[in-house]
Amino acid sequence: MNRALTNLLGWIDARFPLTKLWDEHLAKYYAPKNFNFWYYFGSLALLVLVIQIFSGIFLTMNYKPDAELAFGSVEYIMRDVNWGWLIRYMHSTGASAFFIVVYLHMFRALMYGSFKKPRELLWLFGMVIYLALMAEAFMGYLLPWGQMSYWGAQVIVNLFGAIPGFGPDLAVWIRGDYVISDATLNRFFALHVAAVPLVLVFLVIAHIMALHEVGSNNPDGIEIKKNKDANGIPVDGIPFHPYYTVKDIMGVAVFLILFAIAMFFIPEMGGYFLEHANFIPANPLATPEHIAPVWYFTPFYTVLRAVPDPFFGVVAMGSAVAVLFFLPWIDRNPVKSMRYRSTLHKLNLILFAIVFIVLGILGTKPATPLMGEMAVRFSEVYFLFFFVLWYSSRTRSNGFSLLLFVLLLGIVTAYDFVRATDITMNLVSISWLIPALYLAIMLLLPIFTDLDNDRPVPERVTS
Amino acid sequence: MSRIIYVILGWALLGVGAQAAGGHGVHLDHAPVDIQNKASLQRGAKYFVNYCLSCHSAKYSRFSRVATDLDLTDRQVEENLIFTDAKIRDPMNVALRPEDARVWLGTAPPDLSLEARARGADWVYTYLRSFYLDDSRPFGVNNLVLPNASMPHALWKLQGWQEAKYKAERGPDGHEHPAFEGFELVTPGEMSPKEYDRAVLDLVNFLVYLGEPAQLQRKTIGVWVIAYLLIFFVIAYFLKKEYWKDVH
Repeated sequence: MNRALTNLLGWIDARFPLTKLWDEHLAKYYAPKNFNFWYYFGSLALLVLVIQIFSGIFLTMNYKPDAELAFGSVEYIMRDVNWGWLIRYMHSTGASAFFIVVYLHMFRALMYGSFKKPRELLWLFGMVIYLALMAEAFMGYLLPWGQMSYWGAQVIVNLFGAIPGFGPDLAVWIRGDYVISDATLNRFFALHVAAVPLVLVFLVIAHIMALHEVGSNNPDGIEIKKNKDANGIPVDGIPFHPYYTVKDIMGVAVFLILFAIAMFFIPEMGGYFLEHANFIPANPLATPEHIAPVWYFTPFYTVLRAVPDPFFGVVAMGSAVAVLFFLPWIDRNPVKSMRYRSTLHKLNLILFAIVFIVLGILGTKPATPLMGEMAVRFSEVYFLFFFVLWYSSRTRSNGFSLLLFVLLLGIVTAYDFVRATDITMNLVSISWLIPALYLAIMLLLPIFTDLDNDRPVPERVTS
Repeated sequence: MSRIIYVILGWALLGVGAQAAGGHGVHLDHAPVDIQNKASLQRGAKYFVNYCLSCHSAKYSRFSRVATDLDLTDRQVEENLIFTDAKIRDPMNVALRPEDARVWLGTAPPDLSLEARARGADWVYTYLRSFYLDDSRPFGVNNLVLPNASMPHALWKLQGWQEAKYKAERGPDGHEHPAFEGFELVTPGEMSPKEYDRAVLDLVNFLVYLGEPAQLQRKTIGVWVIAYLLIFFVIAYFLKKEYWKDVH
């Protein structure tokens, strides 16, 4: 039997690089031995992609992409299709899980400098995956044809209309109509089930190929390839299979437990995974009083709402995403991992995570004056983060620190004078402390303390 | 120590704190629904077909599914819950045509399959107990939760008629505003207020069930799935430990 199998493998290997692929990507792909908690999210993202494709195929078998039938067909899946509710909740929970996993995966890259040389292309492929994922989620959200599907799509597509000149024509071209309609539903369905998933799968393959070409980073940010034994195997590396396959299976078990808790017990997640208003069929004549996108878009939605002018709002929102593409060229500090970066850098990362979450929460709330002001301030800190990241690329002189502080705070303050009115002046001057304090901590503390000093990076990975 | 910080960071990133859906400034009474209470669901179904289904449809639900889920036989449903020529496997449609409804009521009554899911049980519970006499409205009633609702008080026979009482309250601007104080029953119905609340709760219970029939099974199935995954995790944990014992 064994001999027959070996012969079969030899027969295949003579015609297809099966063993070669297996070795290159699993059995002889050497990964650093010190991966921690944050390194589960890559394989988990792949798992969620598979969950989404499979549950999506089964949904497609019963869903009708027709403005008259779509809402009813989803309810038909929920009630009359055997296990239809399970398939649907798997897909709706999977959508949110995808973003949770991807956001953690991206933050991991930020913490350990995984986007830095030689992994710039790896990061860029990842960013394009993230863009494709946003497009996929946005178009998928129209398909249930509920009130939030409809009006959310209306708001987002109208954003393209804010572009001067060809904007309105572009919006019509995207919709295939002057409002969101059956034509829009049909094309979004085509893009959601065929075009974007194909692109996603292709990009994921490119992402993994780029990763395996340069090798994985690790929590110490040390290149394990620089330290090889006599056989050319990294001393701090272990074969991905079986070590990380068995470890990732353990991660999969924990993830699936959390996933099952959401799917079986709280599929709506209090209106965050499935919005309440989306259980009302789309009605082009009745605008909901509060249109909120699904949670994973809300941080960028807040940036959009923070700018009163529609066009510049779109520019701000676009920049909030686009700036991430340039991360490898913004943070030029040779120390990759935050473990050996300064105390201020660690604080900066924590503040960035908090700012991102606060932006997300603000995006779910109706725009009151206070919330609107907070949206402006936290958007400002979101963008200032990248300036600070660039600033801390190397040791700067005291004069440079002071100059940058005055310059950045000057821009923020000048913008305040442009936008503040007699009524909002009070609020604006109090909330001014948010960017001022942030900049003072990040740019002035280096002058007076050594909190900005990086630590020496060890030769070998720790633990 | 650093591990703890990572875990906290992870949870902070995950923590998209839950929040309840807001109303319109009207205080909503809590509806203690229990969809596992089959007797309550059966009573709710009775009220639903008697008082709601003549104008509102529940077109995504089928009579046969209600029969199965509420432990009723097809025969029982046909005899007690179907008043039209609908068959047991038919959806719970309504005889009232939308065009007629628009003429008679001003608007077509919405389908109620997903009403409790879209609005929340508390909203429906409070809404059905908040009709009060108001001569300015076509049907002589208004609603505190949904002001100027075009719906008549369908349950008036059970509840009777109530009036809304207001008191003067000084607002933050220093002027006096009328503030809602409570309802006063002016014409008693067939039920006492307590019985009426109970009946509305049964009805809301049924509507909550109607919004998502799968919820009767999904939690039970979920417990088994998670139990399986926990065992799977233990095996995966020891498998990993075994493989990793030579990594230092």
